[in-house]
Amino acid sequence: MSNTPSELRYASSHEWSREEADGTITVGITHHAQDALGDVVFVELPEVGRQLTVGDECAVVESVKAASDIYAPVSGEVVAINEALADSPELVNSDPYGEAWFFKIKPTDSSELDKLLDADGYLASL
Amino acid sequence: MGLRTPLYDSHLATGARMVDFGGWDMPLHYGSQIEEHHQVRREAGIFDVSHMGVVDITGADATAFLQYLLANDVGRLQAPGRALYTAMLNPDGGILDDLIVYRLADGYRLVVNAGTRQRDLEWVRGQAAGRQVEVTERRELAMIAVQGPLARARCASVMTDAQAALAERLEPFHGQAEGDWFIACTGYTGEDGLEIMLPAAEAAAFWNALQGAGCKPCGLGARDTLRLEAGLNLYGADIDEQTSPLAANMAWTIAWEPETRDFIGRRALERQRQAGDLPRQVGLVLEQRAVLRSGQKVMIDDREGVITSGSFSPTLGCSIALARVPRNTGDSARVDIRGKWLDVQVIRPGFVRNGRKLF
Repeated sequence: MSNTPSELRYASSHEWSREEADGTITVGITHHAQDALGDVVFVELPEVGRQLTVGDECAVVESVKAASDIYAPVSGEVVAINEALADSPELVNSDPYGEAWFFKIKPTDSSELDKLLDADGYLASL
Repeated sequence: MGLRTPLYDSHLATGARMVDFGGWDMPLHYGSQIEEHHQVRREAGIFDVSHMGVVDITGADATAFLQYLLANDVGRLQAPGRALYTAMLNPDGGILDDLIVYRLADGYRLVVNAGTRQRDLEWVRGQAAGRQVEVTERRELAMIAVQGPLARARCASVMTDAQAALAERLEPFHGQAEGDWFIACTGYTGEDGLEIMLPAAEAAAFWNALQGAGCKPCGLGARDTLRLEAGLNLYGADIDEQTSPLAANMAWTIAWEPETRDFIGRRALERQRQAGDLPRQVGLVLEQRAVLRSGQKVMIDDREGVITSGSFSPTLGCSIALARVPRNTGDSARVDIRGKWLDVQVIRPGFVRNGRKLF
Protein backbone atom coordinates (compact mmCIF):
# COMPACT_ATOMS: atom_id res chain seq x y z
CA MET A 1 0.00 0.00 0.00
CA SER A 2 1.23 3.51 -0.80
CA ASN A 3 2.24 5.73 2.08
CA THR A 4 -0.58 8.07 1.08
CA PRO A 5 -3.43 5.93 -0.34
CA SER A 6 -5.28 7.71 -3.11
CA GLU A 7 -8.76 6.58 -2.05
CA LEU A 8 -8.58 8.39 1.30
CA ARG A 9 -9.19 12.03 2.23
CA TYR A 10 -6.75 13.94 4.42
CA ALA A 11 -6.50 16.88 6.77
CA SER A 12 -3.31 18.92 6.85
CA SER A 13 -3.19 18.00 10.55
CA HIS A 14 -2.45 14.42 9.41
CA GLU A 15 -5.75 12.65 9.99
CA TRP A 16 -7.01 10.40 7.18
CA SER A 17 -10.71 9.75 6.54
CA ARG A 18 -12.37 6.86 4.72
CA GLU A 19 -16.06 6.84 3.80
CA GLU A 20 -17.49 3.38 4.40
CA ALA A 21 -20.34 1.73 2.52
CA ASP A 22 -22.73 2.46 5.40
CA GLY A 23 -21.90 6.17 5.32
CA THR A 24 -19.76 6.23 8.44
CA ILE A 25 -16.32 7.83 8.29
CA THR A 26 -13.32 5.88 9.63
CA VAL A 27 -10.47 8.07 10.93
CA GLY A 28 -6.80 7.43 11.64
CA ILE A 29 -3.41 9.14 11.30
CA THR A 30 -1.13 9.03 8.30
CA HIS A 31 2.13 7.23 7.67
CA HIS A 32 3.87 10.60 7.68
CA ALA A 33 2.48 11.37 11.13
CA GLN A 34 3.42 8.06 12.73
CA ASP A 35 6.88 8.29 11.23
CA ALA A 36 7.41 11.77 12.67
CA LEU A 37 6.07 10.72 16.09
CA GLY A 38 8.26 7.66 16.51
CA ASP A 39 7.16 4.70 18.62
CA VAL A 40 3.58 5.24 19.83
CA VAL A 41 2.99 4.22 23.45
CA PHE A 42 -0.57 5.38 24.30
CA VAL A 43 -3.62 6.35 22.30
CA GLU A 44 -6.45 8.16 24.07
CA LEU A 45 -9.71 7.87 22.13
CA PRO A 46 -13.00 9.74 22.43
CA GLU A 47 -15.98 8.06 24.08
CA VAL A 48 -18.54 6.35 21.93
CA GLY A 49 -21.55 8.65 21.70
CA ARG A 50 -19.55 11.88 21.82
CA GLN A 51 -20.75 14.58 19.46
CA LEU A 52 -17.91 16.17 17.53
CA THR A 53 -17.72 19.38 15.56
CA VAL A 54 -15.14 19.49 12.78
CA GLY A 55 -11.80 20.64 14.24
CA ASP A 56 -12.52 19.51 17.81
CA GLU A 57 -9.60 17.97 19.72
CA CYS A 58 -10.91 14.46 20.11
CA ALA A 59 -7.98 12.09 20.63
CA VAL A 60 -4.36 12.10 21.79
CA VAL A 61 -1.40 10.10 20.55
CA GLU A 62 1.51 9.81 22.99
CA SER A 63 4.78 8.69 21.50
CA VAL A 64 8.22 8.40 23.11
CA LYS A 65 8.91 11.79 21.55
CA ALA A 66 5.80 13.92 22.18
CA ALA A 67 2.06 14.08 22.74
CA SER A 68 0.01 14.93 19.68
CA ASP A 69 -3.61 16.05 19.46
CA ILE A 70 -5.96 14.56 16.89
CA TYR A 71 -8.72 16.76 15.43
CA ALA A 72 -12.12 15.69 14.16
CA PRO A 73 -11.97 15.84 10.34
CA VAL A 74 -15.77 16.03 10.07
CA SER A 75 -18.69 16.71 12.42
CA GLY A 76 -20.79 13.87 13.79
CA GLU A 77 -21.24 11.26 16.47
CA VAL A 78 -18.53 8.81 17.49
CA VAL A 79 -20.09 5.41 16.83
CA ALA A 80 -17.10 3.12 17.34
CA ILE A 81 -13.56 3.23 18.71
CA ASN A 82 -10.66 0.83 18.10
CA GLU A 83 -10.12 -1.00 21.40
CA ALA A 84 -7.08 -2.83 19.96
CA LEU A 85 -5.02 0.33 20.32
CA ALA A 86 -5.16 0.11 24.12
CA ASP A 87 -3.06 -3.05 24.21
CA SER A 88 -1.20 -2.58 20.94
CA PRO A 89 -0.40 1.10 20.36
CA GLU A 90 2.50 0.01 18.15
CA LEU A 91 -0.09 -0.80 15.45
CA VAL A 92 -0.17 2.94 14.75
CA ASN A 93 3.42 2.65 13.57
CA SER A 94 3.11 -0.66 11.74
CA ASP A 95 -0.33 -0.35 10.10
CA PRO A 96 -1.60 3.26 10.25
CA TYR A 97 -4.21 2.83 7.49
CA GLY A 98 -5.48 -0.64 8.44
CA GLU A 99 -5.39 -2.17 11.93
CA ALA A 100 -4.70 1.20 13.58
CA TRP A 101 -7.92 3.03 12.69
CA PHE A 102 -8.83 5.27 15.64
CA PHE A 103 -12.61 5.78 15.57
CA LYS A 104 -15.67 5.95 13.31
CA ILE A 105 -17.97 8.95 12.96
CA LYS A 106 -21.58 9.02 11.76
CA PRO A 107 -21.33 12.32 9.90
CA THR A 108 -23.94 15.05 10.22
CA ASP A 109 -22.88 16.83 7.04
CA SER A 110 -21.35 14.64 4.34
CA SER A 111 -20.27 17.70 2.31
CA GLU A 112 -17.55 18.26 4.92
CA LEU A 113 -15.71 15.28 3.46
CA ASP A 114 -15.28 17.21 0.20
CA LYS A 115 -13.48 19.99 2.06
CA LEU A 116 -10.69 17.57 3.00
CA LEU A 117 -7.58 17.18 0.88
CA ASP A 118 -7.00 14.39 -1.58
CA ALA A 119 -3.70 12.47 -1.53
CA ASP A 120 -1.87 14.95 -3.78
CA GLY A 121 -3.17 17.87 -1.77
CA TYR A 122 -2.00 16.28 1.47
CA LEU A 123 1.45 15.53 0.07
CA ALA A 124 1.72 19.10 -1.16
CA SER A 125 0.86 20.36 2.32
CA LEU A 126 3.79 18.54 3.92
CA MET B 1 25.89 18.71 7.90
CA GLY B 2 27.15 17.85 11.36
CA LEU B 3 30.23 16.01 12.50
CA ARG B 4 30.29 12.35 11.52
CA THR B 5 31.71 9.33 13.30
CA PRO B 6 33.59 6.53 11.48
CA LEU B 7 30.32 4.54 11.57
CA TYR B 8 28.18 7.10 9.75
CA ASP B 9 27.95 5.07 6.54
CA SER B 10 27.20 1.92 8.53
CA HIS B 11 24.24 3.66 10.16
CA LEU B 12 22.82 4.77 6.83
CA ALA B 13 23.28 1.26 5.44
CA THR B 14 21.18 -0.13 8.33
CA GLY B 15 18.36 2.34 7.67
CA ALA B 16 19.03 4.67 10.58
CA ARG B 17 16.93 7.79 11.13
CA MET B 18 19.69 10.35 11.72
CA VAL B 19 19.40 13.40 13.96
CA ASP B 20 21.65 16.17 15.20
CA PHE B 21 23.11 15.54 18.64
CA GLY B 22 25.47 18.21 19.97
CA GLY B 23 26.63 19.00 16.45
CA TRP B 24 27.01 15.34 15.42
CA ASP B 25 24.88 13.39 12.90
CA MET B 26 23.84 10.40 14.99
CA PRO B 27 21.30 7.58 14.67
CA LEU B 28 18.10 8.21 16.62
CA HIS B 29 16.85 4.70 15.83
CA TYR B 30 16.97 2.07 13.10
CA GLY B 31 13.22 1.45 12.95
CA SER B 32 11.90 1.18 16.49
CA GLN B 33 13.65 2.56 19.56
CA ILE B 34 11.41 0.44 21.79
CA GLU B 35 12.51 -2.76 20.02
CA GLU B 36 16.14 -1.67 20.37
CA HIS B 37 15.62 -1.03 24.08
CA HIS B 38 14.14 -4.50 24.61
CA GLN B 39 17.03 -6.08 22.72
CA VAL B 40 19.53 -4.58 25.16
CA ARG B 41 17.64 -5.79 28.23
CA ARG B 42 17.09 -9.26 26.76
CA GLU B 43 20.17 -9.98 24.61
CA ALA B 44 22.74 -7.46 23.31
CA GLY B 45 22.71 -4.10 21.59
CA ILE B 46 25.51 -1.99 20.13
CA PHE B 47 25.85 1.78 20.31
CA ASP B 48 28.13 4.09 18.35
CA VAL B 49 29.51 6.40 21.04
CA SER B 50 32.41 7.73 18.98
CA HIS B 51 31.08 11.25 19.38
CA MET B 52 32.17 11.25 23.02
CA GLY B 53 35.55 12.76 23.87
CA VAL B 54 38.51 10.61 24.89
CA VAL B 55 41.25 12.60 26.61
CA ASP B 56 44.47 11.13 28.00
CA ILE B 57 46.25 12.83 30.90
CA THR B 58 49.90 11.91 31.31
CA GLY B 59 53.03 13.36 32.88
CA ALA B 60 54.68 13.58 36.27
CA ASP B 61 51.87 15.68 37.77
CA ALA B 62 48.97 13.73 36.27
CA THR B 63 47.65 12.30 39.54
CA ALA B 64 47.93 15.51 41.54
CA PHE B 65 46.36 17.43 38.68
CA LEU B 66 43.32 15.19 38.44
CA GLN B 67 42.96 15.18 42.22
CA TYR B 68 42.53 18.92 41.93
CA LEU B 69 40.43 18.93 38.77
CA LEU B 70 37.83 16.31 39.70
CA ALA B 71 35.39 15.97 42.60
CA ASN B 72 36.00 12.24 43.00
CA ASP B 73 39.52 11.19 43.92
CA VAL B 74 41.67 9.36 41.36
CA GLY B 75 43.90 8.49 44.31
CA ARG B 76 41.30 5.78 44.98
CA LEU B 77 42.31 4.05 41.74
CA GLN B 78 44.98 1.98 43.41
CA ALA B 79 46.14 0.14 40.36
CA PRO B 80 46.06 0.53 36.59
CA GLY B 81 42.83 -0.94 35.21
CA ARG B 82 40.49 0.69 37.69
CA ALA B 83 37.96 3.37 36.83
CA LEU B 84 35.59 5.73 38.59
CA TYR B 85 32.65 8.02 37.81
CA THR B 86 32.98 11.67 38.74
CA ALA B 87 31.72 15.19 38.31
CA MET B 88 34.02 17.92 37.07
CA LEU B 89 32.97 21.11 38.84
CA ASN B 90 33.39 24.83 38.32
CA PRO B 91 34.46 26.99 41.29
CA ASP B 92 30.78 27.54 42.26
CA GLY B 93 30.26 23.80 42.61
CA GLY B 94 28.23 23.56 39.41
CA ILE B 95 28.73 20.54 37.15
CA LEU B 96 30.80 21.20 34.03
CA ASP B 97 30.48 17.55 33.03
CA ASP B 98 30.06 14.05 34.37
CA LEU B 99 32.63 11.55 33.17
CA ILE B 100 34.49 8.30 33.71
CA VAL B 101 38.22 8.21 34.47
CA TYR B 102 40.30 5.08 33.83
CA ARG B 103 43.72 4.62 35.33
CA LEU B 104 46.07 3.53 32.54
CA ALA B 105 49.42 1.81 32.80
CA ASP B 106 50.87 5.29 32.42
CA GLY B 107 48.49 8.13 33.23
CA TYR B 108 44.70 8.36 32.97
CA ARG B 109 41.97 8.38 30.36
CA LEU B 110 38.89 10.59 30.64
CA VAL B 111 35.73 9.94 28.63
CA VAL B 112 33.56 13.04 28.42
CA ASN B 113 30.19 13.89 26.91
CA ALA B 114 29.92 14.81 23.23
CA GLY B 115 28.02 18.05 23.82
CA THR B 116 30.60 19.39 26.27
CA ARG B 117 33.67 17.88 24.64
CA GLN B 118 35.14 21.11 23.25
CA ARG B 119 34.45 23.13 26.35
CA ASP B 120 35.84 20.39 28.61
CA LEU B 121 39.05 20.22 26.60
CA GLU B 122 39.59 23.97 26.82
CA TRP B 123 38.88 23.90 30.54
CA VAL B 124 41.21 20.98 31.22
CA ARG B 125 44.00 22.49 29.11
CA GLY B 126 43.57 25.81 30.92
CA GLN B 127 43.75 24.15 34.33
CA ALA B 128 46.79 22.11 33.27
CA ALA B 129 48.81 25.17 32.25
CA GLY B 130 52.05 25.44 34.19
CA ARG B 131 51.90 21.83 35.39
CA GLN B 132 53.88 18.83 34.20
CA VAL B 133 50.89 17.36 32.45
CA GLU B 134 50.14 16.45 28.84
CA VAL B 135 46.54 16.61 27.69
CA THR B 136 46.04 14.50 24.57
CA GLU B 137 42.71 14.26 22.81
CA ARG B 138 42.49 10.83 21.18
CA ARG B 139 40.63 11.85 18.05
CA GLU B 140 41.83 8.81 16.14
CA LEU B 141 39.78 6.45 18.30
CA ALA B 142 36.21 5.33 17.71
CA MET B 143 34.12 3.94 20.55
CA ILE B 144 31.48 1.21 20.54
CA ALA B 145 29.36 0.16 23.51
CA VAL B 146 28.06 -3.42 23.64
CA GLN B 147 25.40 -3.79 26.31
CA GLY B 148 23.11 -6.53 27.55
CA PRO B 149 23.24 -9.95 29.23
CA LEU B 150 24.76 -11.54 26.09
CA ALA B 151 27.06 -8.62 25.29
CA ARG B 152 30.32 -10.08 26.51
CA ALA B 153 29.79 -13.50 24.97
CA ARG B 154 28.82 -12.11 21.56
CA CYS B 155 31.66 -9.61 21.67
CA ALA B 156 34.22 -12.25 22.61
CA SER B 157 33.06 -14.43 19.72
CA VAL B 158 34.29 -11.85 17.20
CA MET B 159 37.49 -10.76 18.95
CA THR B 160 41.05 -12.04 19.01
CA ASP B 161 41.82 -14.46 21.84
CA ALA B 162 43.62 -11.78 23.84
CA GLN B 163 40.76 -9.28 23.42
CA ALA B 164 38.18 -11.95 24.20
CA ALA B 165 39.96 -12.89 27.42
CA LEU B 166 39.59 -9.30 28.61
CA ALA B 167 36.01 -9.07 27.39
CA GLU B 168 35.09 -12.09 29.43
CA ARG B 169 36.89 -11.35 32.67
CA LEU B 170 36.92 -7.58 33.18
CA GLU B 171 34.98 -6.53 36.25
CA PRO B 172 32.68 -3.50 36.37
CA PHE B 173 34.58 -0.21 36.41
CA HIS B 174 37.74 -1.74 35.07
CA GLY B 175 39.39 -1.13 31.71
CA GLN B 176 42.53 -2.32 30.04
CA ALA B 177 44.43 -1.82 26.81
CA GLU B 178 45.00 -4.72 24.43
CA GLY B 179 47.19 -3.61 21.55
CA ASP B 180 45.57 -0.50 20.04
CA TRP B 181 42.24 -1.29 21.62
CA PHE B 182 41.02 -0.31 25.08
CA ILE B 183 38.32 -2.55 26.52
CA ALA B 184 36.31 -1.43 29.54
CA CYS B 185 33.48 -2.84 31.60
CA THR B 186 31.41 0.30 31.84
CA GLY B 187 28.15 1.49 30.33
CA TYR B 188 25.12 3.72 30.42
CA THR B 189 22.30 1.18 30.38
CA GLY B 190 22.18 -0.58 33.75
CA GLU B 191 23.09 -3.87 32.03
CA ASP B 192 26.33 -5.84 31.91
CA GLY B 193 28.49 -4.87 28.99
CA LEU B 194 31.57 -3.25 27.55
CA GLU B 195 32.74 0.00 26.05
CA ILE B 196 35.50 -0.48 23.51
CA MET B 197 37.81 2.21 22.16
CA LEU B 198 39.54 1.25 18.93
CA PRO B 199 41.29 2.82 15.96
CA ALA B 200 38.74 4.54 13.75
CA ALA B 201 39.86 2.54 10.72
CA GLU B 202 38.83 -0.71 12.44
CA ALA B 203 35.47 0.46 13.71
CA ALA B 204 33.21 -0.41 10.78
CA ALA B 205 34.53 -3.96 10.47
CA PHE B 206 34.08 -4.58 14.19
CA TRP B 207 30.57 -3.04 14.12
CA ASN B 208 29.61 -5.38 11.27
CA ALA B 209 31.14 -8.37 13.04
CA LEU B 210 29.15 -7.59 16.19
CA GLN B 211 25.98 -7.49 14.11
CA GLY B 212 26.91 -10.80 12.58
CA ALA B 213 27.20 -12.18 16.11
CA GLY B 214 23.62 -11.11 16.83
CA CYS B 215 24.11 -7.66 18.40
CA LYS B 216 21.45 -5.18 17.34
CA PRO B 217 22.37 -1.59 16.46
CA CYS B 218 20.70 0.81 18.91
CA GLY B 219 20.29 4.56 18.57
CA LEU B 220 20.03 7.57 20.83
CA GLY B 221 16.34 6.98 21.52
CA ALA B 222 16.97 3.62 23.13
CA ARG B 223 20.11 4.98 24.83
CA ASP B 224 17.94 7.56 26.55
CA THR B 225 15.20 5.20 27.75
CA LEU B 226 17.78 2.68 28.96
CA ARG B 227 19.79 5.20 30.99
CA LEU B 228 16.60 6.73 32.40
CA GLU B 229 15.41 3.31 33.60
CA ALA B 230 18.84 2.86 35.19
CA GLY B 231 18.46 6.21 36.98
CA LEU B 232 21.51 7.71 35.29
CA ASN B 233 21.82 11.44 34.71
CA LEU B 234 21.85 13.02 31.27
CA TYR B 235 24.08 16.08 31.04
CA GLY B 236 22.10 19.01 29.75
CA ALA B 237 18.83 17.64 31.12
CA ASP B 238 19.26 16.38 34.70
CA ILE B 239 22.56 18.12 35.37
CA ASP B 240 24.24 21.25 34.05
CA GLU B 241 26.50 24.07 35.17
CA GLN B 242 23.79 25.42 37.45
CA THR B 243 23.31 22.07 39.22
CA SER B 244 25.17 20.96 42.32
CA PRO B 245 26.09 17.26 42.48
CA LEU B 246 24.49 17.30 45.93
CA ALA B 247 21.14 18.05 44.26
CA ALA B 248 21.49 15.42 41.55
CA ASN B 249 21.96 12.11 43.31
CA MET B 250 25.74 12.48 42.94
CA ALA B 251 26.75 13.11 46.56
CA TRP B 252 28.27 9.61 46.58
CA THR B 253 30.71 10.66 43.85
CA ILE B 254 32.26 13.39 45.99
CA ALA B 255 35.41 12.22 47.81
CA TRP B 256 35.43 14.46 50.88
CA GLU B 257 38.33 12.52 52.47
CA PRO B 258 41.15 13.34 52.78
CA GLU B 259 40.11 16.80 54.00
CA THR B 260 43.42 18.11 52.78
CA ARG B 261 42.54 17.38 49.15
CA ASP B 262 41.47 20.66 47.64
CA PHE B 263 39.54 20.30 44.40
CA ILE B 264 37.79 22.86 42.19
CA GLY B 265 34.38 23.56 43.72
CA ARG B 266 35.16 21.98 47.11
CA ARG B 267 34.56 25.12 49.12
CA ALA B 268 31.25 25.83 47.42
CA LEU B 269 30.13 22.25 48.05
CA GLU B 270 31.09 22.46 51.72
CA ARG B 271 28.97 25.60 52.08
CA GLN B 272 26.06 23.84 50.38
CA ARG B 273 26.44 20.79 52.57
CA GLN B 274 26.46 23.02 55.62
CA ALA B 275 23.37 24.98 54.57
CA GLY B 276 21.55 21.71 53.85
CA ASP B 277 18.79 23.30 51.80
CA LEU B 278 19.54 22.11 48.30
CA PRO B 279 16.85 20.26 46.35
CA ARG B 280 17.03 16.49 46.00
CA GLN B 281 16.62 14.23 42.99
CA VAL B 282 13.83 11.63 42.98
CA GLY B 283 12.38 9.10 40.61
CA LEU B 284 8.72 9.31 39.58
CA VAL B 285 6.50 6.49 38.33
CA LEU B 286 3.16 7.15 36.62
CA GLU B 287 0.68 4.29 36.43
CA GLN B 288 -1.81 6.07 34.21
CA ARG B 289 -1.74 6.14 30.44
CA ALA B 290 0.26 9.32 29.87
CA VAL B 291 3.93 10.29 29.57
CA LEU B 292 6.00 12.33 32.03
CA ARG B 293 8.18 14.85 30.23
CA SER B 294 10.98 17.30 31.00
CA GLY B 295 9.78 20.65 32.35
CA GLN B 296 6.48 19.42 33.78
CA LYS B 297 5.63 20.84 37.20
CA VAL B 298 5.64 18.55 40.25
CA MET B 299 3.69 19.29 43.44
CA ILE B 300 5.00 17.36 46.45
CA ASP B 301 3.70 18.14 49.97
CA ASP B 302 2.38 21.45 48.58
CA ARG B 303 5.85 22.41 47.40
CA GLU B 304 6.96 22.71 43.84
CA GLY B 305 9.52 20.74 41.87
CA VAL B 306 10.18 20.01 38.21
CA ILE B 307 10.81 17.00 35.99
CA THR B 308 14.32 17.12 34.54
CA SER B 309 13.88 14.16 32.22
CA GLY B 310 10.96 11.85 31.55
CA SER B 311 9.88 9.25 29.05
CA PHE B 312 8.15 5.94 28.56
CA SER B 313 9.84 2.91 30.14
CA PRO B 314 9.59 0.02 27.70
CA THR B 315 10.69 -2.50 30.33
CA LEU B 316 8.09 -1.38 32.89
CA GLY B 317 5.37 -0.47 30.37
CA CYS B 318 4.65 2.89 32.00
CA SER B 319 6.12 6.37 32.18
CA ILE B 320 9.01 7.28 34.49
CA ALA B 321 10.96 10.44 35.20
CA LEU B 322 13.76 12.02 37.18
CA ALA B 323 12.74 15.17 39.03
CA ARG B 324 14.29 17.85 41.18
CA VAL B 325 12.14 18.54 44.25
CA PRO B 326 12.60 20.29 47.60
CA ARG B 327 14.44 18.45 50.33
CA ASN B 328 12.41 17.01 53.23
CA THR B 329 9.39 16.02 51.19
CA GLY B 330 7.50 12.76 51.15
CA ASP B 331 6.77 9.93 48.76
CA SER B 332 3.68 10.97 46.92
CA ALA B 333 3.25 13.75 44.42
CA ARG B 334 1.23 15.02 41.48
CA VAL B 335 2.44 16.14 38.08
CA ASP B 336 0.80 18.67 35.77
CA ILE B 337 0.53 16.84 32.46
CA ARG B 338 -1.02 18.98 29.73
CA GLY B 339 -3.27 20.75 32.22
CA LYS B 340 -4.31 17.70 34.30
CA TRP B 341 -2.83 16.77 37.68
CA LEU B 342 -1.94 13.06 37.83
CA ASP B 343 -0.67 11.19 40.89
CA VAL B 344 2.82 9.70 40.76
CA GLN B 345 4.79 7.43 43.02
CA VAL B 346 8.03 8.96 44.36
CA ILE B 347 11.04 6.65 44.68
CA ARG B 348 14.81 6.88 44.76
CA PRO B 349 16.29 7.49 41.29
CA GLY B 350 16.64 4.12 39.57
CA PHE B 351 13.90 1.95 38.14
CA VAL B 352 15.46 -1.10 36.44
CA ARG B 353 18.82 -2.85 36.88
CA ASN B 354 19.92 -5.99 35.05
CA GLY B 355 16.46 -6.29 33.59
CA ARG B 356 14.71 -6.21 36.96
CA LYS B 357 12.36 -3.66 38.50
CA LEU B 358 14.00 -1.96 41.50
CA PHE B 359 10.99 -0.81 43.53
